[in-house]
Amino acid sequence: MTDDAAGAGWFEGVDPDSLAGAREALEAGSADAPADWPARAVAAGFAADADDYYDKLHEATTTVARQRVRELERADDRQLIHAVRAMDDCRRTANELAERVAEWAGARYDDAGTGVEYARELAAGDASGDPTGDADRDPAGERLVALAERTAALADEADELERFVGRAAPDVAPNLAAMAGPVLAARLISLAGGLEALAKQPSSTVQVLGAEDALFAHLRGDAPSPKHGVIYTHEYVSGTRREKRGSAARALAGKLTIAARVDHYGGDRRPELDAELDERIRQIRGGGDE
Amino acid sequence: MSDLPAGVQRRTIDGERSLATRGEPVYGEATDGEWRAWNPRRSKLAAMLESGLATGLAGGETVLYLGAAAGTTVSHVADFAGPTYAVEFAPRPMRDLLAACETRPRLFPLLADARTPGEYAHVVEPVDAVVQDVATRGQAAVAVANAQFLREDGRLLLAVKARSEDVTADPESVFEAVLDDLRERYEILTTERLEPSHDDHLGVVARPRS
Repeated sequence: MTDDAAGAGWFEGVDPDSLAGAREALEAGSADAPADWPARAVAAGFAADADDYYDKLHEATTTVARQRVRELERADDRQLIHAVRAMDDCRRTANELAERVAEWAGARYDDAGTGVEYARELAAGDASGDPTGDADRDPAGERLVALAERTAALADEADELERFVGRAAPDVAPNLAAMAGPVLAARLISLAGGLEALAKQPSSTVQVLGAEDALFAHLRGDAPSPKHGVIYTHEYVSGTRREKRGSAARALAGKLTIAARVDHYGGDRRPELDAELDERIRQIRGGGDE
Repeated sequence: MSDLPAGVQRRTIDGERSLATRGEPVYGEATDGEWRAWNPRRSKLAAMLESGLATGLAGGETVLYLGAAAGTTVSHVADFAGPTYAVEFAPRPMRDLLAACETRPRLFPLLADARTPGEYAHVVEPVDAVVQDVATRGQAAVAVANAQFLREDGRLLLAVKARSEDVTADPESVFEAVLDDLRERYEILTTERLEPSHDDHLGVVARPRS
């Protein structure tokens, strides 16, 4: 037995009557070694006797586990799918509007820039040739600045959505998000129509998710088979030299599929999957024959 | 054949001879009055008891159960044992486990990773038995990391799944490797293959080295 100074029991600092704060104590707490917690809790006045302690422990552990489970299940894949699609919509629309802003501004000012960055400058009022406060400010100039403001706001929202995806994806699919990165993980889930659907797909499908046009062209018989879909954005595919990209995409898709299955059916984090993929990609890039 | 723990009996339920414990049904198992069937095909611990392995369980022990999953086995353990700490990492099965906990006031669910016992050492007291059924690689490492919870005369009851360590390797050699790793902290008392109820599983009873 390790009764001496293992650390603090979960009950220390928890109000025995309301058990408020039990969650914090159970989740954030830790100890180097177990101890005779029931006896300590009684000695500390947390519980009247061992029976009372166990009653409180039961209430605290079941309540906390239920809350945690509910939260984790609410972090569901539907929300993630909406978020990543909204992110793509915002970014695409912001780029389109930025083009319009640049074209319009180019007609008015000689030194107009391009892209979302220029729209931001114009909106912030620090673009050169800036009309805000300028004598040449006219109704058309006001509309242009207003459009630039909306463009910048959409781009900001796209960034916010990406941050949200970065936080939510590891909750929904910890292994997939760790291996693919949160945005690619969310895109794969979105393209498949859900984590469950993704988990049920063969890795050959996962490999070409997002390359449907090329795939169907291939199936009609007038194109080579696509080597990769959205997983192209993964460094393990895009960073591998051309001749080996198909192999890299196949290896990556295989591990991503396993990760999605672990996430859907299990839920625990398995870092060894990442290590296996790293090793395989090293082999492929090493140039050995496939 | 060693004795069953108090609270576990062989009974005939629905015309089938089976182990049984007393408690509220959890997963649609067959029942006879307050007894509910404990099928060795669904539970590795039941298979260990069924095979006559000397588990050292007498009933009423304090238990740490690693890999509780949906609570199939741990609900039976809580029926015959004393305070039972059930560690499970995945939220989905935890939802079912919570249902089993509702009617069992001495069954404590812990949403934690059995590979990092520091996460629950501030909750779990020293126990008489650690029951382990985790299907991940590194099953021996999990048992070794959790040896600290066992009292000196406590028992580790472990179901090793060969396919979790290496699907391609020969199960016998996997078992040898796992037992070797276990010897770092444990003295192996007895082992038994769990066929035919569970393919490529080895039941292990061990006690901590002092």
